[in-house]
Amino acid sequence: MIPHDETMILETPFYSRCLAACEINLWEDWKGYRSAAAYTSVEQEYFAVRSNTGVFDISPMIKYRFTGPDAEAYLNRLVTRDISKLGIDRVAYTVWCDDNGQVMDDGTIFHLGENDYRLCAYARCLDWLMWSAEGFDVTIVDETAEIAALAVQGPTSCSVFKNMGFTGIENLKPFGINRYPFEGSEVMISRTGFTGDLGYEIWVDPALAETFWDRLFEAGKLWGIRAIGSAALDMLRTETGFLQAGVDFIPAEEAIRTGRSRSPFELGLGWLVSFDKPVFNGRKALLKEKKEGSRYAFVYLDVEGNKPAEHAFIYAGSKEVGTVTTAAWCPTAKTNVAFAQVDAQYGKVGQELVAEIYYERELKWTRVMAKCTVIEGAVFNPPRKRQTPAPDF
Amino acid sequence: MTNKYDAIIIGAGHNGLTNGAYLAKAGLNVLVLEKNSYIGGATVSRELYTDWKYSNCSYVCSLLRPEIIRDLELPRHGLQVVPYGGGVTFKENGDYFGNHADHERLLREVARHSKRDASAYERYEADVMKQTRLIRPFLMRTPPDPTSLKPRDLKELAVLAKSFGSMGEEGLADTIRFWTMSIGDFLDEYFESDVIKSHLAGSGIIGTALGVYSPGTAYVLLHHYMGDVDGSVGAWGFARGGMGSVAAALSASFQSFGGTIQCDAEVDQIIIKNGKAKGVALANGNELYADIVVSNLDPKRTFLKIMDEGDLPSDVVTKAKNFKIRGSSGKLNIALDGLPTFTGLPKDSPLCLGEKHFIDSLPRMERAYDDWKAGTWSKDPYVDMLIPTQIDPTMAPPGKHMMSVFVQYAPPKVNGEDWTAEDKAGFEKTVIDQISNYSPDFKDLILHCETRTPKDIEDEVGLTEGNIFMGELTFDQLLFNRPFPGYAQYRGPVKGMYMCSSGSHPGGGVMAAPGANAAREILMDLKLNNTVPGGYDDD
Repeated sequence: MIPHDETMILETPFYSRCLAACEINLWEDWKGYRSAAAYTSVEQEYFAVRSNTGVFDISPMIKYRFTGPDAEAYLNRLVTRDISKLGIDRVAYTVWCDDNGQVMDDGTIFHLGENDYRLCAYARCLDWLMWSAEGFDVTIVDETAEIAALAVQGPTSCSVFKNMGFTGIENLKPFGINRYPFEGSEVMISRTGFTGDLGYEIWVDPALAETFWDRLFEAGKLWGIRAIGSAALDMLRTETGFLQAGVDFIPAEEAIRTGRSRSPFELGLGWLVSFDKPVFNGRKALLKEKKEGSRYAFVYLDVEGNKPAEHAFIYAGSKEVGTVTTAAWCPTAKTNVAFAQVDAQYGKVGQELVAEIYYERELKWTRVMAKCTVIEGAVFNPPRKRQTPAPDF
Repeated sequence: MTNKYDAIIIGAGHNGLTNGAYLAKAGLNVLVLEKNSYIGGATVSRELYTDWKYSNCSYVCSLLRPEIIRDLELPRHGLQVVPYGGGVTFKENGDYFGNHADHERLLREVARHSKRDASAYERYEADVMKQTRLIRPFLMRTPPDPTSLKPRDLKELAVLAKSFGSMGEEGLADTIRFWTMSIGDFLDEYFESDVIKSHLAGSGIIGTALGVYSPGTAYVLLHHYMGDVDGSVGAWGFARGGMGSVAAALSASFQSFGGTIQCDAEVDQIIIKNGKAKGVALANGNELYADIVVSNLDPKRTFLKIMDEGDLPSDVVTKAKNFKIRGSSGKLNIALDGLPTFTGLPKDSPLCLGEKHFIDSLPRMERAYDDWKAGTWSKDPYVDMLIPTQIDPTMAPPGKHMMSVFVQYAPPKVNGEDWTAEDKAGFEKTVIDQISNYSPDFKDLILHCETRTPKDIEDEVGLTEGNIFMGELTFDQLLFNRPFPGYAQYRGPVKGMYMCSSGSHPGGGVMAAPGANAAREILMDLKLNNTVPGGYDDD
């Protein structure tokens, strides 16, 4: 339910707890909700996820529920990935495109039961979802405010849940879903996340949100649990190679200028496109692109030196061939990484490029032309992310 | 099994492994020999109490060169450095000084002790940062020989001169003062509060047989400030899993390039034939051969223990004998049944993550040094105590903790005699009693304690007198004078023999720079392509 009042900014179901934990009062607006950018120190929050457990309130994430006899068929038509292969209690990362094969958004689909799915997205897209539903017997509900959710991420996260009494959680495979009784209701736990580490997301009735938070932090005490904000999360997702909608690509429906949207191939997400499916939104355009070639390539760059290549132009020789969308020094991988969009022919692994980096020291600006190499993918990819049973730390 | 290699490195500490990794990366067939049954030297984690891992020797990480971590892909090989913030010096009157990681919070805390000092603190920080900025670019470079007319030395001298020149006339004078003055005198120029001075002065004496008012200790402080964690200069971190994970990652990297490590292989002698290094003779009688022999032992052990005086120029023997590598510190590693509380400090304070000290004035610190000079351990010591298990879940069971207590001062001999069991117990009691004065539940939480005197450290690790830096970090033993004039470019006095230990530039503190710099020189002599990365630029 969206309250009808004059509140400027909404509070998540965990807000009281976030507020208490947020010592430095650094807040931001996430789709209309007050969301912590940092609680105590960005560095310590980042490292909580790499060494212990970090908790990020993902309640504001846009969530849609699909039910009805055609739910599966409908979703399979909507997204590029083959959803018919997604088992019950499994989760899949996917993108969905407009008819021009341009990415509208990326997100995760949760297969909750027979013809019962949840889609988590960055952007609101109910209008598009309804439009695409013509001819399908499917009910679509925006349940963003109906579900409280937390990302519980880091090497000790499994131990924390075991200590909370969630027996067998260590056997949950990546992208799997378990359910546990909780305070007379139920909590759903998926082994998913945006940090590239061992980690889980929990989904619970908003009425139980505060209780869940309290129990979680009590159980996590001995495992270094800590609330983390969006600033730390951004470092984590960069290190592990995850794209951020609105940063690394412009959702097709939001793009105003011609040519600013991107196809899945142009975002390095071709592996999400299943041409085996006879029909899905954007298929025709994507087939054409596959045959005739893409305009751009999305690349991960290993950048020489220690200056983050933020907003840098990318050159091949003296020719400008692209720009950086995300860049950071990665504190765990100890590597200077950048995501960039470049002209398609420069996207091959091993390609040597140059980033034009500007940085300032005490009012003096310096330009470096830093050598970069196109690398395969994420610079942080620990075994514990995949291991089942999940390790204790 | 072959007994012929391209290069043999003596000592599987972090510098030996780094040196080996770069030589192996260049295609050489490299063997690293280790006297102990485990690798790491002083970068080691050992389980001496079931389920507890101790960082027995070195215990924190900041100086390890980021260029090397990245280039040798140490994170992929399992190394994870987690920074910690905070730090506390407890006062005798029940108060404390909290060294907050957050800048404004720190200034507020300094102001609680002295408003004037809070303002001086920013001047102090900028001045120290000027000095780190000067020294940091030279960490990954071979020091020039100031007496040489070789083009390379002249070029490197010019680089050095340019850096010094860029400090300006006043800056240059400050620099020369800074490199030669005492930490006490230096801090007296900024601060009036005793506790703040003593908190900062610790970094000037750690691992050094000098007092806070001994000339040269200001530079030692710089040595502790010139590292960084992810570009945050002066920050320190824990190696997740203990310092042994540094050695483990280096060893994995070394082996990924085809290198071999042999433990339980103590070197008795470097074999010299016709003025050239030819290999090593092991204590077990076996001989192994290589035209390149690299010693990762300290200069004293290298030249006085595993080399024959007859094979060496007499000046080297004399210089090795005179090399200053005095034992001044000991260590307690303690398994705890729970997290101890400290008087006046909330248990969940972020200050608790950092180091704790229990000595609150420079005169008290100087008296601690007086005890050492008199031949005994300090009765009121400076300790650098940390509990890494607050953020590292891998070193003790959940809810249990590992405490690392570095103790300054402890002499290599007690009143001129070898340490006895009684002495060692007395030393341990002194330290535990001091901590207990500020932590009422500490003693009851102790499950196991490993106490290490300088002698223990020498016997196990092989550091002469247990000196943690492999030679004191005073100006007479730095840069082109480290370990001695004429031998600062990692080449030994005998063809084919090299030095890669912390006894060479830029010194100790788990930097891995000596190992990498030495590899660059060896590869240059062999006319092979350089595999060693250059240093990052701060500016």
